[in-house]
Amino acid sequence: MTPLLQVRNIEKRYGARIGCADVSFDLYPGEVLGIVGESGSGKSTLLNCLAGHQSPDQGEVIFDTRADGPRDVRQMPEAERRMLSRTDWAFVHQNPRDGLRMRVSAGGNVGERLMAVGARHYGDIRQTAGDWLSKVEIDTARMDDRPSAFSGGMQQRLQIARNLVTGPRLVFMDEPTGGLDVSVQARLLDLLRGLVRRMGLSAIIVTHDLAVVRLLADRLMVMKSGHVVETGLTDQVLDDPQHAYTQLLVSSVLQV
Amino acid sequence: MSYNFAYLDEQTKRMIRRAILKGVAIPGYQVPFASREMPMPYGWGTGGVQVSAACLTPDDVFKVIDQGADDTTNAVSIRRFFEKTAGVAVTEKTTEATVIQTRHRIPETPLSADQILVYQVPIPEPLRFLEPRETETRKMHGLEEYGLMHVKLYEDIARHGEIATAYAYPVRVEDRYVMDPSPIPKFDNPKLESPALQLFGAGREQRIYALPPYTKVVSLDFEDYPFDPSKAAHPCALCGAEDSYLDEVIVDDAGGRMFVCSDTDYCASRRETGEAA
Repeated sequence: MTPLLQVRNIEKRYGARIGCADVSFDLYPGEVLGIVGESGSGKSTLLNCLAGHQSPDQGEVIFDTRADGPRDVRQMPEAERRMLSRTDWAFVHQNPRDGLRMRVSAGGNVGERLMAVGARHYGDIRQTAGDWLSKVEIDTARMDDRPSAFSGGMQQRLQIARNLVTGPRLVFMDEPTGGLDVSVQARLLDLLRGLVRRMGLSAIIVTHDLAVVRLLADRLMVMKSGHVVETGLTDQVLDDPQHAYTQLLVSSVLQV
Repeated sequence: MSYNFAYLDEQTKRMIRRAILKGVAIPGYQVPFASREMPMPYGWGTGGVQVSAACLTPDDVFKVIDQGADDTTNAVSIRRFFEKTAGVAVTEKTTEATVIQTRHRIPETPLSADQILVYQVPIPEPLRFLEPRETETRKMHGLEEYGLMHVKLYEDIARHGEIATAYAYPVRVEDRYVMDPSPIPKFDNPKLESPALQLFGAGREQRIYALPPYTKVVSLDFEDYPFDPSKAAHPCALCGAEDSYLDEVIVDDAGGRMFVCSDTDYCASRRETGEAA
């Protein structure tokens, strides 16, 4: 099987400091990869480099495109790369305000990606948007409300609907549950897990919350100071951590 | 004190003509140009005036309309400006004019191939209110990413039940660039496909764009909500015209109102020739 995404020796420096370095991994279709580490460990830098929001200094990001098979995303013309990020890719920001248009109604937010790929039938767009709102448990009666009238949890669910509406194959998530209270987090995780499994999505989830990766991720990468210090199956890494930093990370989780 | 012909110096007019030529070569594309300070405030037509100045020749007959009217402050002062600085003949008759500068209307009388229509444009970027970054909107034009324009129309329908954008209605030019036709009523959009050369000047925003004669111009819409060039459902109270764009005029403080042609020349000539009922 061809990996959906092959990452080779990604390196990003901020002047003399290292953002992330020597990161390589393969992501197979339907697989969910978690990236954990403390603040400043380079996990967000890595995610932004992969998703094309930042340009890595070196390395390859090879995506298995529908049309032409595996291609290095960094060598693609910008038009193709942006098309990719509207269709086969999705990016869920930590802060829903970064990923939503706050002055556009919920329906319009979900419909934007459809219109960006050429949908021109209002009734159909609205129908699809409504379907997706109910999939993420937002009352369709709130379809014409702006996201600013939504709670934090609803905004995050709206952002997920907006991203998944075009049926992407790869989803990047940057702390999808950050800033939400625990009961809302639990619902969101439940929803995400259902969607990821049902749609057979591949996902890369960056988080510092080990509970999130325990629930969602098949495999885990632990980062420290810009380097990957440990990789493995999620349960294996969390239950039997080998690297000193991973041991510290796992033992730091508060038990209730 | 004497002015150079049409106020601007020759080098400036050459610079503007180059921008106009580029605009004509790429219909709907916003060409940046080094807009000059004009002896009028921004928002009063500094862009249109510069384009007019670059187009005028001593033989031209010049007409200025503001919201369709020849006799409003903006129209009168720009007309007098070119009478004084270029010494060109002026007229209020659409058919006699060779260069027409307009604010927010296209004349009702169909234009011909030997006429130039110059628009005054406040905000040339149709995506501006959806995407505030200029770098981003330029990229969107470059890569033909126009989905966002339909988000605006979607919002209109979701909120008002129909496409409520009534002026500055976005159009697609030659299946390529999305263009803001300046704040003309959408009633005028079908007239953008014209035998006349149409030039758009935005002074403050420093952009010129153009529609060459017979260019394909399509108003954006949805398949199930097609474009509708609506107007008030009345005839003109003065000349009886049923096919012209109407202004609603409040005539007393008891709710009385009348609808009259916004194109004063069209209305007056219909009344002169006795076409009025």
